[in-house]
Amino acid sequence: MTATQAMVLPAGAQANRRKHARKWPLTVLGIIFLAVMVFPIYWMINSSLQGNSGAANTEWFPIHPTFAGYQAAIAQQWPNLITSLIISLSAVVLTLVIATPAAYGLARFKMKGMTVFVFVLLITQMIPTIVIANALYTLFNNWGLLNTYIGLILADSAAQIPFAIILMRAFMASLPESLVEAALVDGANNFRAFIAIVVPISKNAIITAALFTFLGAWGDFLFALTLTSTPAVRPITLGIYNYLGANVSQWGPVMATAVIASVPAGILLIIAQKYIAAGALGGAIK
Amino acid sequence: MTSVDAGLDQGTVQKTSTGRAPRRRTHAGRYLTRWLFVAPAIVFVLLFFGYPIVQNVVMSLQNYTTTTFYTGEAPWVGLQNYVNVFTNPIFSTTLLNTALFTIGSIVLQFGIGLALALFFKRHFPLSGFLRSLLLLPWLLPLIASAAVWKWILDQGSGALNQFLGIFGVQPVPWLVSPSLALVAVIGVNVWLGIPFNTTILYSGLQAVPEELYEAAALDGATGWKAFWHITWPSIRSVVSVVIVLGVVYTLKVVDIILGLTGGGPANSTQTLATWAYQNSFVQFLFGQGAAVSNVLIVISLVFAIVYLYMNRKGVDE
Repeated sequence: MTATQAMVLPAGAQANRRKHARKWPLTVLGIIFLAVMVFPIYWMINSSLQGNSGAANTEWFPIHPTFAGYQAAIAQQWPNLITSLIISLSAVVLTLVIATPAAYGLARFKMKGMTVFVFVLLITQMIPTIVIANALYTLFNNWGLLNTYIGLILADSAAQIPFAIILMRAFMASLPESLVEAALVDGANNFRAFIAIVVPISKNAIITAALFTFLGAWGDFLFALTLTSTPAVRPITLGIYNYLGANVSQWGPVMATAVIASVPAGILLIIAQKYIAAGALGGAIK
Repeated sequence: MTSVDAGLDQGTVQKTSTGRAPRRRTHAGRYLTRWLFVAPAIVFVLLFFGYPIVQNVVMSLQNYTTTTFYTGEAPWVGLQNYVNVFTNPIFSTTLLNTALFTIGSIVLQFGIGLALALFFKRHFPLSGFLRSLLLLPWLLPLIASAAVWKWILDQGSGALNQFLGIFGVQPVPWLVSPSLALVAVIGVNVWLGIPFNTTILYSGLQAVPEELYEAAALDGATGWKAFWHITWPSIRSVVSVVIVLGVVYTLKVVDIILGLTGGGPANSTQTLATWAYQNSFVQFLFGQGAAVSNVLIVISLVFAIVYLYMNRKGVDE
C-alpha cells in the first residue's frame, strides 16, 4: 500500500461503509444467482428424501421426508462405497509417496532433464483419460490387473500424480535453500533432510495434494468403467452409472446414492476449504 | 495470477546445477541421489502416459479385437482403421458435435463466469460467502452431477419441465430429442464449468491495481469504457489460460455425456471422446477406438502446445 493511499484511507473507509449499505440489492441478486447454481444440489437432497421420486408428484420441498431412499441405497451400494474408500485412500498414499519426493527433487535440483520432465507433467494434464484407458485395458489384461483393487489404485494414482507434483513443486520451490543446506552441513544426506525438514514444513501443500488426489480418485468414473467388468471391484461412481443405464422409475434411491457419494468430498472440502482454493488456483495456472 | 507472472529469470535454472561441485568424487553419487527423488514419478509417467500413447498408435494400425485377448494375435492392417473411422458417417457427426460442444461450453461458461466474477468484485454484503458457496457443485462427483441433471431434465416429471409447466409450457424432451440433447448436455457442462471460470477470473480481477481505475475515472472512463481499456487488457493472460484449459478439459469430457445420454439419441451427443469409448468398450473394436483416440489426442495437443507456449515463463522458473 502506498503512502498516498494510506493518507486518504480514513475518508475512503467511511465512504466505503456508506457504499456498502447501498449494495444490499446486489446481495439479493447474488442470492438469486447462487440459488440457480445450487438448485441441482438442493434437488438431489430433496429427491433423496422422497421415496417415490419419479412419480409425477415429487414435491418442491421434502414435507414428508422418508429415509426409504437411503435404506435402498445403502442396501444396494454399501459394498461399492467401501470399495471407493479403499481405492481412494490407497491412491492418496501411493500418490503422496511417489509425488512428494518428486516435487521436492524438481523444485530443488534444477537440472536440465528435470525441466523437460515438468513440461511432460503439464502435457499429461491435457491427455484425455479415454486415450489412457484404451491402452491400459490391454496392458492390465496382460498383467491380470483388470477387475482388481490394485489395478484401479494404480490407474487412479497415475492420473493424479502429475497434478500432485505440480502443486507441491510450486510450494517447495518457494522454500529457502538455506533451510536444507543447514541440515546437509550437519551431516544429514539429501533424503534425511527431505524427511526431517522439507516434509514437515510442506505440510499444507502435502495436505492440499492429498485432498485433490482423494477427490480425483473418489470421483473417478472412466477407469472404473473401462478397467472393471464384474461387480467384484465396483466403486460407487459405477454404482450410480448402473442406475442410469436402466430406465429409472424410482429416483429416490439414485439421488440418495448421489448424496452419499458426495458426502466424503463434502466433509473434506468443508474441513479444508482454504487448501482447496489455493490448490484450484495453483493447478489452474501451472 | 501471481504464478503466471512469477517466472523468475531463467538464470536460476543453470545456477544451481553447475554452481557448486566442491568435492568431485561424490559429485556423481550426489547427482544420482537427486534423480532418485524423481525416478519413481518418471517410471509412473512413462508407464501410464508414455506407454498408452505409443500403444494407441500401435493398436490403431492393428486389427485389435476381443479375440486378440485370447489368441494374442493382432494382425497389422495398415491405415485400415483410420479409413474405417473417416469414412464412417458417424465420424463427421462426432466431429461437428465435438466442435459445437466445445465452443458452446467455452463461450457460455466463460461469458457467465466473467459476468459473475465482475459481479462479485463489487464487494457487496455477503459477497465473499456467496462466492465460496458457488464452489458447491464441486462437491459432487461428475457422475453424480450427471445423475441429478438427468433427473431434473426428465421429460415426464423432471423439475425443469415441472417449473416450465407453471407457465404453460408443454413438457420438453430435453434428453430424448436428437435436436435438443446436445443443447441440454452443453447446458449441464456449462453449469459444471462456471465455478472454475468464476474463481479463476475473479482472482485475475483482484490482481488489477485499483489505482488504474481511479486514474481512469478522473479521465472520465467508467463502466464499459473502464472494462475495455483497463480490465480486459489487464486480465488477458488469465483469460487465455482459462479458455485454453477450458478447451482441453471440455475435449476430455466423457462422464457427463455417458451419464446423461450415453452419446444418443441417434448419436446426437456423440463426441470424439465418447465415440472412442464406444468403439473400444462397447463394440470391442480396440483398433478403431485407438484411431479415434489419436484424432482426439492430436486436437488436444494442438491446444496443449498453445497453452504451454503461453505458460512457458511459469515452467522456466
